Amino acid sequence: MKIFSTDHKTIAKQYLTLGLFWAIVGGLTSYLIRWQVAYPDTEAPGWGFIAPDFYNMLVTMHGTIMVFFVAMPILLATFGNFLIPLMIGARDMAFPRLNRLSVWVFALASLVLLLSFFVPGGAASAGWTGYPPLSANATYTGVNWGLNLWLVALALEFVSFLMGGINFLTTTINLRAPGMTFFRLPLIVWMQITAAVLFMLSVGPLIAGAVMLLLDRVAGTTFYLPEGGGEPLLWQHLFWFFGHPEVYVIFLPGLGIVLEIMPVFSRKPIFGYRPIIYSTIAAGMLSFVVWAHHQFLSGMDPRLAMPFSITTILISVPFALIVFAMIATLWRASISFSTPMLFAIGTLSIFIIGGLTGIFNGSAPVDIYIHGTYFVVAHFHFTLFSATFFAGFAGITYWFPKMFGRMMNETLGKIHFWLTLIFFNAVFIPMHFVGLGGMMRRIANPMQYEFLQPLQPTNVFITLAAVLLIVGQIPFVVNFFWSLFRGRVAERNPWQANTLEWSAGSPPPHGNFERVPVVYRSPYEYSSPEVVEDWLPQDRPPEPSTAARQ
Amino acid sequence: MLNWFPENVSSFGGDIDSLFYLILYITGAWFLLTEGLILFFLVRYRRREGRRVTYYHGNNLKQAAWILIPGLIVLLLDLWVDFRGAEVWAKIKGHMPASDLRIQVTGKQFNWEIVYPGPDGKLGTADDLQMDNELHIPAGKVVRVVLKSKDVIHSFFLPNLRFKQDAVPGREIEAWFQATKPGRFEMPCSELCGFGHSGMGGQLFVHTPEEYEKWVREHWPEK
Repeated sequence: MKIFSTDHKTIAKQYLTLGLFWAIVGGLTSYLIRWQVAYPDTEAPGWGFIAPDFYNMLVTMHGTIMVFFVAMPILLATFGNFLIPLMIGARDMAFPRLNRLSVWVFALASLVLLLSFFVPGGAASAGWTGYPPLSANATYTGVNWGLNLWLVALALEFVSFLMGGINFLTTTINLRAPGMTFFRLPLIVWMQITAAVLFMLSVGPLIAGAVMLLLDRVAGTTFYLPEGGGEPLLWQHLFWFFGHPEVYVIFLPGLGIVLEIMPVFSRKPIFGYRPIIYSTIAAGMLSFVVWAHHQFLSGMDPRLAMPFSITTILISVPFALIVFAMIATLWRASISFSTPMLFAIGTLSIFIIGGLTGIFNGSAPVDIYIHGTYFVVAHFHFTLFSATFFAGFAGITYWFPKMFGRMMNETLGKIHFWLTLIFFNAVFIPMHFVGLGGMMRRIANPMQYEFLQPLQPTNVFITLAAVLLIVGQIPFVVNFFWSLFRGRVAERNPWQANTLEWSAGSPPPHGNFERVPVVYRSPYEYSSPEVVEDWLPQDRPPEPSTAARQ
Repeated sequence: MLNWFPENVSSFGGDIDSLFYLILYITGAWFLLTEGLILFFLVRYRRREGRRVTYYHGNNLKQAAWILIPGLIVLLLDLWVDFRGAEVWAKIKGHMPASDLRIQVTGKQFNWEIVYPGPDGKLGTADDLQMDNELHIPAGKVVRVVLKSKDVIHSFFLPNLRFKQDAVPGREIEAWFQATKPGRFEMPCSELCGFGHSGMGGQLFVHTPEEYEKWVREHWPEK
């Protein structure tokens, strides 16, 4: 395998490698965070004492890594790169060399972020949201180069994903195989290109904002510093104008994975293909007018709160439709519980909780109390953990045979699923109650507050569950590497699925298809009355009708 | 119903809590319905030999009604939460009740500087009194706070009063609350503000009117 390859499949694997590497670093930060919260100011086993400023660095880097360096490269870049050309019947991306540039810019971003841990003063510690003035002046945190490098790493990553987004869109619009109309595209392709559009439309303001923040830090400007006439709230608006669409940039591809897997293991067409597409687009558009729900108490005019509260709560309608469509898909299906399906159902059932708790946060008056508490932390882990890890594992286990030509082990996969499901809930369900008790995010030591001391047993429980959640990932790591070398060799279409990637070899050669497939039908024709088998690939030519044969 | 919240001693805390429970009941019902259906379908329609799947795509309006009608119910419930929320928001943040007690709270790394106006009731005069991390207020009276910050963004959080408001450098943000019951409570900072963020806080003393009079006389004896 060439390292400097232009093959979209190699690039996808490179993104996957980087994403999984960062997931390990991100997991380590969560262990240290949880240790400090449960057993404040004691030595974390295997690490040591966690000072308050180091703790702030941990929460900052945990968020940054998990959102930008795990969720984005795995959900968007890995699956988008791997699947879009294969699923639309193309030989590669529209701009293969731009694609190669994008992964190497991302590698550079990773390197810069990694370096930021080792500069004097340590890595960024102003929160993953980097609110100025805290982030705008080194004297407030004691972090100088760490935060500059953090900004540079983010800027590089945005450049990388902009190039990726251009490729996703251009490829999907221009390189579809004959017969692959827009309404025959697999839903994950719809989700990926919607995510690409959201990202491209929202990231501009943030890049501008990041440049201004960097200038405030290194060039003495005062865009965000009131002593020079600047405005701290400007950053919050720029950040969240990007930040909320960004949530869907991560989430939609995760949802897409679930939507691909469900019909295959239900042997039934996805319910409401078109309503799902319209809902996705509606949710994407709404996501541009909800950003100030992060700022109800920021000091912005309180009259702005209700309009943003209303749009935020309305976003439940398109997502509810997608959830209902998924549930309806299971109705009168024939469901088999392979590992990918378990993770897909896990994603759905966990996302439902995350979606429902979003209503509490979106309601401005309730937010007065729960804003900035662990309730919010629990909420967004239910949405983002479900998308990143449950959907991510669903996608990896489902497309592993296509990516690497071998099957993963089902027993290890199921052990991994149950450990992840049980301990995920053991961590994040009690976290809601800790939040309702009033516990603030990002405090290193809850025991410093009398009103939080009764919550401490729950915090200890959460930490123990979090350690077990991390340990529960070992079966996946073992399974991944064992299957990579020793797994059963996969045939072309081990799941008897309909979409085009399964018509290519496992793994597909450079160029993907022996000949460009021709598409005759929509992607989810399972148990179609037209054929005896319970699947009907998109590229199988229509047979002469039974009447004609008789 | 389990009570997770700290004791409520705020005049508007009941509105926030009841809105929370309204949302809890609505979302709780959806939670049971959706997760219950998923579990039921997983068991009822698990793979069995010889079962033929119902081919059903949900793309025409008649079939899609199975999701559109529940979607409409979601919309109506959303509007209920929105309208109730707008009422509560208007009551808390939409107006500023009159009060002769205006206290200035300034966040700085890592203290709350509380400035009391003194007998003249005006901030910025000679009889002002500053105390760090101690807020004394009378029960049953509207208190207005003027929130400022000297360095970074802090957030003034009074859990028992269901009150929270960011303090932003360069701005003076005015807000109000009214305690209903005397007692001693805490007032942490809930926005990451630096290495001392954890531990930043103070004590909120809600006095009975008589005790409050006594406290005032102790600090401004010339009155």
